[in-house]
Amino acid sequence: MVEIRMRVNGVSESLDVPPWVSLLDVLREHLGLTGTKRGCDQGACGACTVLVDGERINACLALAVQYTGRDITTIEGVAGGGDPHPLQTAFIRDDGFQCGYCTSGQICSAIGMLAEHGAGSASAVTEHVAATGIALSGAEIRERMSGNLCRCGAYNGIVRAIQDVAESPR
Amino acid sequence: MTMTERPPRTAPAGPSVGRPIDRVDGPAKTTGAARYSAEYPYPDLTHAALTHATIARGRITGIDTAEADAVPGVLAVITHRNAPAMRPAPSFSMLDLSTFASGTSVNYLGTDEVHWNGQPMAVVVAETRDAALRAAALVRLSYEELPATVDFAGAEKDARPQKNSALQSGGATKGDAEAALAAAPVSVDLRFTTPPHHHNAIEPHSTTAAWDGDRLTVHDGTQNISWLRRHLALRFGVRAQNIRVIAPYVGGAFGGKTMVWAGTLLTVLAARVTGRPVRMMLTREGVYRTVGGRTPSTQRVALGAGRNGRLTALIHTSVTQVGRVGGGPEQVTSQSRHLYDVPNILLQQNLTELDALSNTVMRAPGESIGTFALETAVDELAGELGLDPIEFRMRNEPERNPIDGKRFAHRMLREAYALGAERFGWADRTPRPGSMRDGRWLVGMGVASAYHPSWQFAANVTVRLSADGRVLVRCGFHEMGMGGATAQAQIAADALGVPFEAVRVEYGDSTLPTGPGAGGSGQTASVAASLLTACDKLKGSVLALAGRSRESPLRGRRSSTLEARDGGLWTGPAGESYATILARAGRDSVEAAVGSDTRLGAMTGQLRFMSKFMLDRRRWVKAACGAQFCEVRVDPVTGEVRVSRWTGVFDVGTVINAKTAASQLRGGIVMGIGMALTEETLVDPRSGRIMNPGLAEYHVPVHADIPPLDVHYLDEPDPTMPLGLIGVGEVGITGAAAAIANAVHHATGRRVRDLPITLDKLL
Repeated sequence: MVEIRMRVNGVSESLDVPPWVSLLDVLREHLGLTGTKRGCDQGACGACTVLVDGERINACLALAVQYTGRDITTIEGVAGGGDPHPLQTAFIRDDGFQCGYCTSGQICSAIGMLAEHGAGSASAVTEHVAATGIALSGAEIRERMSGNLCRCGAYNGIVRAIQDVAESPR
Repeated sequence: MTMTERPPRTAPAGPSVGRPIDRVDGPAKTTGAARYSAEYPYPDLTHAALTHATIARGRITGIDTAEADAVPGVLAVITHRNAPAMRPAPSFSMLDLSTFASGTSVNYLGTDEVHWNGQPMAVVVAETRDAALRAAALVRLSYEELPATVDFAGAEKDARPQKNSALQSGGATKGDAEAALAAAPVSVDLRFTTPPHHHNAIEPHSTTAAWDGDRLTVHDGTQNISWLRRHLALRFGVRAQNIRVIAPYVGGAFGGKTMVWAGTLLTVLAARVTGRPVRMMLTREGVYRTVGGRTPSTQRVALGAGRNGRLTALIHTSVTQVGRVGGGPEQVTSQSRHLYDVPNILLQQNLTELDALSNTVMRAPGESIGTFALETAVDELAGELGLDPIEFRMRNEPERNPIDGKRFAHRMLREAYALGAERFGWADRTPRPGSMRDGRWLVGMGVASAYHPSWQFAANVTVRLSADGRVLVRCGFHEMGMGGATAQAQIAADALGVPFEAVRVEYGDSTLPTGPGAGGSGQTASVAASLLTACDKLKGSVLALAGRSRESPLRGRRSSTLEARDGGLWTGPAGESYATILARAGRDSVEAAVGSDTRLGAMTGQLRFMSKFMLDRRRWVKAACGAQFCEVRVDPVTGEVRVSRWTGVFDVGTVINAKTAASQLRGGIVMGIGMALTEETLVDPRSGRIMNPGLAEYHVPVHADIPPLDVHYLDEPDPTMPLGLIGVGEVGITGAAAAIANAVHHATGRRVRDLPITLDKLL
């Protein structure tokens, strides 16, 4: 057993787990935060996407012990001060989901993606990678969100929701 | 039993019906609060995992569980040597449709026989999921292997004609299609193949089961609560009333959660053996090994036409696969009965049996792959005739159902094409293949027809109106992304004349009145029909209450003259609120029910459903249809195909919720894009083992593959359906692959008749 301490959604957590336990299992099985979903356990679907110090990762491929001392945000923690995160509101308005199973991952991924874009990182479809102020077109959003599968096919709504939030003044 | 039926219910869109209202479960699904089947906490919970056979056919000669038993935390390794017997799977009966629920006929862990590569041969129960998975991998099986037929391509020659059943016929003929084909001045005679597909709902099949004596609680993301409950009762020898199935959220299904598969049964079995609650979430690979997928197919489509562009012959035959242990025919030729006015038609579906896991229903079983072949062949013949493919279709658009002359309940395919062509800009297309370019990209435009029959099943519903004006609708239907609770709340709100916000809908639980299964795009219509009747009954009861008082302006009024609005009943300016009526009568609430869950009630409901089904079939042909328009860009160097634009115009009757209906149609198109370009389950032809059982190797469409999809519906009610609505869950996938294949041909001049259209096929 290994002791791990991490902040999850602003709460300090400390628990003893075997060293092979994934961050996904810590969240779902040990902390009861079932909003983070298991879809493939292979990093292929993105349903388990969470934020670590603001960066998006697949929790199924992360060993929990590697994240000692880090700040984890799950779907249960993205809302601020009682108000839903603007993406949560936009997903509902733009119908960015059907069954809802990939939704937590899509929203966490979108938050991380918008931060990456804001920090100036380029994507595979960025025409001039050295450019600053890359416009967040539909194609850019689709490319950057392609790690998150939605089998219901709510992609149009998801992209619309992200675009709405990206374009609205914060 | 009388064969009378109520007059069809059609009504214009009301204050709620038709509006793009946000889903009622939106907050739960966007905050992570929605609990799926593996997310219910239980004290003392244990976890289970499966060990799969690695041969296609044979017997187990040895099981070594020593290593598995030694894994810390393991509680039980259950095999056929120590498992308590389950009762055998039931045989099919039209009087009890739950008998269709058996995924396979195998009595898991009740036999040493192996029937397919991947059959579960052991279940490990442990304190943690990690330990269960680790131990399951350490169970050593030895076999006596027997010869097996596992290669669909090799077994195609052994296919036999499918027998007719009450639900589906295996073939049909009209005139002499072969002779007409031979005589036709212009013809095509083509062979198509489609590979197996898997549903790949993002939620893997998950079950949590807890026994309390002879009472069982099951959380399972099923598409048919009633079937699952009755099936479990039968297999475990307990009364159905003792079983509670809870499934308010289903993380995607697409047909894959319709039948009862091994994972569900073995979780319940493991809970009985260990005496503790057990949870099993299948691994992604486990889903491929134990839950059936869409059958592969080979299809022949031969068409003959005169030089005037009128079809004279249509032949559509198919071979699909079933497992020796289960599965059924797909209605691959279904759309070919309905789409074209042809004097000579020959349709024949054939089946070949393999030592493989049962095939099962997957989004538009039959029509999704059947429209690919038919609609590609139609495009080819249009090309041979030198006709625009839309013009060719319009010249052959039937007035009556081609195969038998029945009336169409509703058909607006002409309108769908006209509107689609305008929205899409079809006029900009230059007909010659390879004639359109955008920089280095070859550009192509294609069309195809979409077609899916509409279904309606039995549904029991209760509606309660409270004195405070709130309404509670209860029905054990299923929510796997269709937005069912939202749509039914809209329907109830308008039927009772209350605001949408005043209606709450309970669903997804076997303690509720039995709902229809989620299948055949029939759930919304099925629940709506009963809900409308229940609301009528409820209004009748309220009117009767009002009529008891001399003070009521409704006294002496007949229900047929009443209008439900503003939270009450009115005739012109006279009327009063439900609250006033109930308060005066001293009532907290009034309730109405349609259907009954007593034994007799269930039987009556089933008979009523079957007689309505048969009567409907005799009278008319009901379906959703549509026109799919697609633009692709093909890289001439790499053969890469990108879908760049899409317009789909659908004739789906009245749309209850403009937002969720459009999403369902888009979802179907997205799955159709996957079917056309990337999706393929690869089976090792020597061993029968699926070689790509995961989302890294089976490629479903991702964000980058899907452009904005322009989806439009005609919103004209079908006069034979409740509120005029036709289901929208499946029609979107039909025709989609053909539209893409036709666009690829237009871009490149290459015909690909074998799905998926991968890069190698264009080089």
